[in-house]
Amino acid sequence: MTAIAARELTRTFGPFVAVDRLTFDVREGEIFGVLGANGAGKSTTIRMLCGLLAPTSGAATVAGIDVARDPEGVKRRIGYMSQRFSLYEALTVDQNIRFFGGIYGLERRKLEERRRFVIAMAGLEGREHMRTRDLAGGWRQRLALGCALLHEPPIVFLDEPTAGVDPLSRRRFWLLIDQLSASGVTVLVTTHYLDEAEHCHRLAIIHAGRLAALGAPSDLKRLFRGRSMLEIRSSTPIEAMRRLDEMPEVAKTSVFGTAVHVLLAEGQPADPAGLADRLRRGGVDVAAVEAVQPSLEDVFLEVAERTERP
Amino acid sequence: MRQAAAVARKELRQIARDRRTLVVLLVVPVFFLLLFGYALNWDIRHVALAVDDRDRTPESRSLVAAFVHSGYFDHIGATDASHADALLESGAARVVLVIPAGLGRDLRLGRRVPVQLLINGANANTATIVAGYALVILQSQPREAGGSLALAEPPLAPAPRVWYNPELRSTLFLVPGLIAYIAMISAAISTALSVVREKERGTMEQVRMAPLDPWMFVAGKAVPYYAVSLASGLGIVLAAMALFGLPMRGSWLLLLLAVSLFLFAALGLGLLVSSVAETQQVAFQLAALLSFLPTMLLSGFVFPIASMPPALRAVTYLVPARYFLVALRAIVLKGAGLAAFWTDLAALAAFAAAALALASVRLKRQWG
Repeated sequence: MTAIAARELTRTFGPFVAVDRLTFDVREGEIFGVLGANGAGKSTTIRMLCGLLAPTSGAATVAGIDVARDPEGVKRRIGYMSQRFSLYEALTVDQNIRFFGGIYGLERRKLEERRRFVIAMAGLEGREHMRTRDLAGGWRQRLALGCALLHEPPIVFLDEPTAGVDPLSRRRFWLLIDQLSASGVTVLVTTHYLDEAEHCHRLAIIHAGRLAALGAPSDLKRLFRGRSMLEIRSSTPIEAMRRLDEMPEVAKTSVFGTAVHVLLAEGQPADPAGLADRLRRGGVDVAAVEAVQPSLEDVFLEVAERTERP
Repeated sequence: MRQAAAVARKELRQIARDRRTLVVLLVVPVFFLLLFGYALNWDIRHVALAVDDRDRTPESRSLVAAFVHSGYFDHIGATDASHADALLESGAARVVLVIPAGLGRDLRLGRRVPVQLLINGANANTATIVAGYALVILQSQPREAGGSLALAEPPLAPAPRVWYNPELRSTLFLVPGLIAYIAMISAAISTALSVVREKERGTMEQVRMAPLDPWMFVAGKAVPYYAVSLASGLGIVLAAMALFGLPMRGSWLLLLLAVSLFLFAALGLGLLVSSVAETQQVAFQLAALLSFLPTMLLSGFVFPIASMPPALRAVTYLVPARYFLVALRAIVLKGAGLAAFWTDLAALAAFAAAALALASVRLKRQWG
């Protein structure tokens, strides 16, 4: 079953093409990640799918409804949580829940039932009468998710939901997302945290408004099939990278902190010891060289670079 | 309806929680009322008066006493023809009353006696008002033997009769303007700020994600601010009655209608501003520019519309306070019926409807 279907979805702002002919499907109950740099078009895509922004061309259906034709119908069936904390800070937890329940038109009894659900889900028992301003980041964020779920939408959109939240709270948040997905809710989440992206069932990598890659995280890593990746730890990574780029068997280098990831050209065998030797002979300090599995970050960078090549 | 109620309830809670808004809505009106009520009036008191009494009879003394007892003049001393100019020039006296010799005798003989009043005319407004006071005092002197007093050589003797505000107390004229001014501030600015604040904080985006009609949102926003501004506006009327003796000669129902229409016009203006401005700062400045200034300067609050140049007078037709002031003064000061000012109420209603409709259309377009 398809929860979200985008077909050649495009949005331009004047001469700027923010989203360029995106086509993808999101299955029901799936956690679908949208990965991309800032300005890649993630938020614009979400806004079109939520019925907030009309597509320039192309089409999308959400829960079977055409977003351009019936944006209000779409709004009734989705929940949305933005990257900014967008609840009323001066109001209490309870008052926020009642307000959002009210604008979704929930009846009194239903609202009470959902209110209890949200409080329990977010772990806010005993904090119902605290102003949201005084809540710590993790709680705020779970409350925001709860408010997006008040009307029991089958599909939720989370736009960088964990921006600026501590790692422990992020973990707890992702547990909630897993539970949602297990209960049949479709989750479309944008992020630029790669560890979070690993958590998604499938990922779309968007670069410069275009769909650069689509698949399960493990599938995406197969992008490098037949090619080896080495990680070199060095106190002078930039110098190491310069030397590596001069070697014929090296296809690509990228710096990750004090480490350099080296993608070897196709057919080149991985020889960590030999590479270390050659670097040291060239006067580069090398602490260690080892063969590694490519990470999503490698995939992301590779994919982004390929999209930019004409 | 449930949705609009949810917005309204939330808005009231926010107003109650937000000290800044509360101050704008409740403290500022009281402050302005006291400030303007006591400080801003055109009544001139304690006019320094020097007297050149060339008669020195009981009649001349009683004339001087009448000036002093009027409450408008302070007798600073006697003078004579040779010193009068110096007194006026130095500012020690603003007015010199010259009582001609033989005043007492002429009055007893039933003659018309001219007295001379030398007024420092550096401030033409003040001079006119002071001359007015003096004339009233002269005319109200008892005419025991049929004689009368007059200002020296008036080519025509005006006989003004002031209705509705016989003591010519400018406060009574100003308070209605004050009510308009304060209602405009609280309604337009606070409404504009409340919407723009939601844009700034991102709550607007969250609300837009709900299947909520922009009209419901506008209604939910307008109702609480209408209620609070109405309470504040009527509070000012009551305070003005208690503190400044503002009469309430007309119908409370008509007053409620006029105030309501005016508030809706102000709310519409506020919402319109909020559909243009993206930050609270811009919203505040824009709302202030569009509400404070025209209400103060172009409504007939301070400067009479009739004495404006034609181009400016044309602009006043776009100022809702102009219509409101006519209606308000008519109701409060004259006790007039609807027939006297229905066109003004109609103009107010038209302005309110246009502003609210335009604001909703703009909001709807942004809403997506």
